[in-house]
Amino acid sequence: MSSSFWLPVYTLWRRDLIRFWRERTRVLGFLGTPVIFWLIVGSGFGDMAYFFPGTLTLSVMFSALFSMMSLIEDRREGFLLSMMVSPAPRASMVLGKVLGSSTLAWMQALVLLAFLPLAGFSVTPLLLAQLAGTLFLIAFAFTSLGFLFAWKMDSTQGFHAIMNLVLFPLWMVSGSLFTMAQAHGPMQWLMRANPLTYSVAAIRRILNPALTDGSPELRLSILVTLVCGVALWLLSTLVAGSKTTRSQA
Amino acid sequence: MIVEAKNLTHLYGSRTALDGLSFSVAKGEIFGLLGPNGGGKSTLFRILATMMSPTSGSAHVAGFDVAAHAAQVRRRIGVVFQTQSLDRKLTVGENLTAQGHLFGFSGADLRARAEQSLEKMRLTDRRGDLVDTLSGGLKRRVEIAKALLHEPEILLMDEPSTGLDPGVRRELNDHMQELRANRGVTILLTTHILEEADRCDRLLLIHQGRRVAEGTPAELKAKVGGDVVVMESDSPVGLAEKVKVRFAVEPHVTGRQIRVEIANGHRFITEVIEAFPGAIQSIALHKPTLEDVFLDETGESIS
Repeated sequence: MSSSFWLPVYTLWRRDLIRFWRERTRVLGFLGTPVIFWLIVGSGFGDMAYFFPGTLTLSVMFSALFSMMSLIEDRREGFLLSMMVSPAPRASMVLGKVLGSSTLAWMQALVLLAFLPLAGFSVTPLLLAQLAGTLFLIAFAFTSLGFLFAWKMDSTQGFHAIMNLVLFPLWMVSGSLFTMAQAHGPMQWLMRANPLTYSVAAIRRILNPALTDGSPELRLSILVTLVCGVALWLLSTLVAGSKTTRSQA
Repeated sequence: MIVEAKNLTHLYGSRTALDGLSFSVAKGEIFGLLGPNGGGKSTLFRILATMMSPTSGSAHVAGFDVAAHAAQVRRRIGVVFQTQSLDRKLTVGENLTAQGHLFGFSGADLRARAEQSLEKMRLTDRRGDLVDTLSGGLKRRVEIAKALLHEPEILLMDEPSTGLDPGVRRELNDHMQELRANRGVTILLTTHILEEADRCDRLLLIHQGRRVAEGTPAELKAKVGGDVVVMESDSPVGLAEKVKVRFAVEPHVTGRQIRVEIANGHRFITEVIEAFPGAIQSIALHKPTLEDVFLDETGESIS
């Protein structure tokens, strides 16, 4: 594809990184919650390893959605206006925004990988590479989802509500807190229908390939995460590109 | 004609914001849309800037239909918003680079363009400053520099003077004149500020989404004719009636004020004071302003 597609992607991605770097203290606070959760629940149940995949997913979820709040800020501060009246294709604007936020969420999740030894895993370069790749896919899916929510919003409060009322419950039934094997019939179905289950399962299976807790298979998990991400990105592009007779910014 | 609007109509639900508006702007003009806030200017601006499509009617900018060929129009217009559209956390230079990338420029070409834009707006020494640290006037200049980066044929500016102090306004106007003179850039701006409208080549006065009058500031003011005399009175309605009978004029009453348009206003002043001793608290004469034009046509004031 031509430079008129990739340059906007690059510049919006870079811009999110620069902004993050200039306000890093504010953003890094978001890492705290998942870590504290993990330390308390993990040591409470005496199983640091079991709760680690859920913690990683939670951290990606938080930081991805938190990063995507920048879209609401862009709208409020007016930067979105310049994007709207530029000839850059909508698809590349959405991709730039989503990649920027994904990268930030991904980097924050990578920081958490420093806790792997504490969770009892032996760290190999291959393991790190597999985890990093998977975490990026998860981050991409969450930021695309975040874009969909953030596009129609002009305050960050609604965003918090969605996080607490929709995403957090979904995360609780994703295999983060109890396994598929431990769950009752209807709950098992719910878990199978929950896309987040596959994110958690992917991490769980990379960390422990010999797993027998009823989690979905690794390939299926990766595939579901990838498909969800791409579908949500396409949907975001569609929503952002739809013709309107109302003002968009 | 670089801008051509035909029968533009826009509805927000059942509220009519634009009502069959037609006008055109010639290349190289500084063209002002003058009217009170909420009169339809912003709606018109958004349509011309390709931010939304009109309910009906059409607008062509630089030869392309704004609704059907938005991307073509966007390459040819530079848009300066009333609200800020810069990234405050980035430097001036970074903002220009981002803008250039959005337009598909890169490398040496982009650097040269950014350099030129900064020079035009005399911002070269501000390149490394964070936008957040700049004053309102400087920010507006950066906005313009950003809008000029892709060398647009026409600059659309929404209320460029609003929020700026008079000195900065004048300076901004000098910049506009310079751009027009040296680059042949057409400028279309919306405003509700009279001094700003006075400096335009041509004006379209709009009220409630409709065209009120069109012409150069001088032409518009000539319509009023003669002088404008404003009197203050404790019983304005009664006095206006008497003045009307005695001098065969059409006085307008607003609040305590009576406004009369009349040739040879200085003679009228002495006569009216002698005719109604004690009834007039104060009296003043001025040459017609655009406000008078607007009052005449709509019965309402601009600001």
